[in-house]
Amino acid sequence: MTLMEPVTTTDQPLLKVESLTKRYGPRIGCADVSLDLYPGEVLGIVGESGSGKSTLLSCLAGHQRADLGRISYDGRDVLAMTETDRRRLSRTDWAYVHQNPRDGLRMGVSAGGNVGERLMAVGARHYGQIRGKAVDWLGRVEIAADRVDDRPSAFSGGMQQRLQIARNLVTGPRLVFMDEPTGGLDVSVQARLLDLLRGLVRDLGLSVIIVTHDLAVVRLLAHRLMVMKSGRVVEQGLTDQVLDDPQHAYTQLLVSSVLQV
Amino acid sequence: MTEHLEAGAYNFAYLDEQTKRMIRRAILKGIAVPGYQVPFASREMPMPYGWGTGGVQVTAACLVPEDRLKVIDQGADDTTNAVSIRRFFQRTAGVAVTEATPEATVIQTRHRIPETPLKQGQILVYQVPIPEPLRFLEPRETETRKMHELEEYGLMHVKLYEDIARHGQIATSYAYPVRVEGRYVMDPSPIPKFDNPKLSGNPAIQLFGAGREQRIYALPPWTKAESLDFDDHPFETSKAPHDCDLCGAKDSYLDEVITDDAGGRMFVCSDTDFCAGRRARGMKGRLWAPKPEGVA
Repeated sequence: MTLMEPVTTTDQPLLKVESLTKRYGPRIGCADVSLDLYPGEVLGIVGESGSGKSTLLSCLAGHQRADLGRISYDGRDVLAMTETDRRRLSRTDWAYVHQNPRDGLRMGVSAGGNVGERLMAVGARHYGQIRGKAVDWLGRVEIAADRVDDRPSAFSGGMQQRLQIARNLVTGPRLVFMDEPTGGLDVSVQARLLDLLRGLVRDLGLSVIIVTHDLAVVRLLAHRLMVMKSGRVVEQGLTDQVLDDPQHAYTQLLVSSVLQV
Repeated sequence: MTEHLEAGAYNFAYLDEQTKRMIRRAILKGIAVPGYQVPFASREMPMPYGWGTGGVQVTAACLVPEDRLKVIDQGADDTTNAVSIRRFFQRTAGVAVTEATPEATVIQTRHRIPETPLKQGQILVYQVPIPEPLRFLEPRETETRKMHELEEYGLMHVKLYEDIARHGQIATSYAYPVRVEGRYVMDPSPIPKFDNPKLSGNPAIQLFGAGREQRIYALPPWTKAESLDFDDHPFETSKAPHDCDLCGAKDSYLDEVITDDAGGRMFVCSDTDFCAGRRARGMKGRLWAPKPEGVA
């Protein structure tokens, strides 16, 4: 098995971002970011804390409004959409995996209810089918079917994160935003989660934008890599190329800072 | 209208005309947008929050001197809340009062819809503690308003899903949410779900007042109000599986009354007027015994 899955290429990018800028008062959140994301492609964004990667992600996902620039998804201008359309898009075609599963889950609602919420939000009204689909998705993220009625608060951190992924993928999104999906997990749990993510991305043909400061995560998952510093993109290219032959001084620092065990 | 006042100290129906005007505007807006919660500047009333301050303000804004008022609390005309609100309007508005549902023009209610079908021209005023059906699922008011605006009601079904997952059936038995004319999801106030079917297509005007939460909403006559459910777990009404022990009614909502400390109990209609009316027409339940001669 090769490490990287082949990229399915089409002519049209799924997500096209042009010179996106977000300021917090006089300070820059992220500035002049442009990127194209093609169907089935995984784009990693790395950078140190405060480099603007999370700001960029939340602007793309519509959680914050960008000050300047254009975002088009599947040929539609996202920033010009009505809020109804945008929220519908983020419930169906998009998914957002938070770093802390508590932000992305309803902690007072059972695992089945968490997975079923997106289905019910788009109009599913058959209890048996919703439950069947929830059990199916719990299985796909390696959570036993008999935990379907347990609340996430009874789950371990790794299970919560897998539950959050199931809850997001149940409506069959095409574009997934991930903000440090492996943050706060120990390395063995991280490794299994990464394995799982890689399998899901390949099987479902997802396009993913993954924000992380962990270079191992992007090495395993991402086809292409963007390196950010102080709100700007300083280097981008194929993941192996950027990591093995870093050109920008900051990327060189980043790559050489990884501890070798 | 001063001739109705006890001491000339209050305006007709307690509230001043400007306040009533403000409330009527909210009511009209509520009727124009069925199920939508209209904010209004709720006033302090001479009773504690939770005792029907919202309902009282709506009633005060609706009353005219020719009205005949009925007040019920859990279906009963003779409980504290009902008696004190009825007396409040007798004193401040001087309107006629009644206990008979068909004779009333305005009925203020807490947690029940009368068993006797309402008719055109009547106004039913509900006291509402928490008007927001999404409140216990989403605590942020800004977010619930957005959800109403964008018709994002998936969360409501998550609650019903949890009910079935945990109890095997929809265990919500009161304040059962309804969807009004396919648009707003509305909390019908804590009426038993037994009463939910009466909300829909009712010829009377139904007004909902929440004093502490400062919201008024409405169902105009003949408005469709569908109780939320799942295709494979349809909405069902529920009541105690008994007949009324006083009047023998089989199809009315019952209260359970403990009669001794040895497990003795009886079931009686929660709607006292309905029950008394049936007994007056000679219908008898299992435990009905007319008062002996000479007892008051």
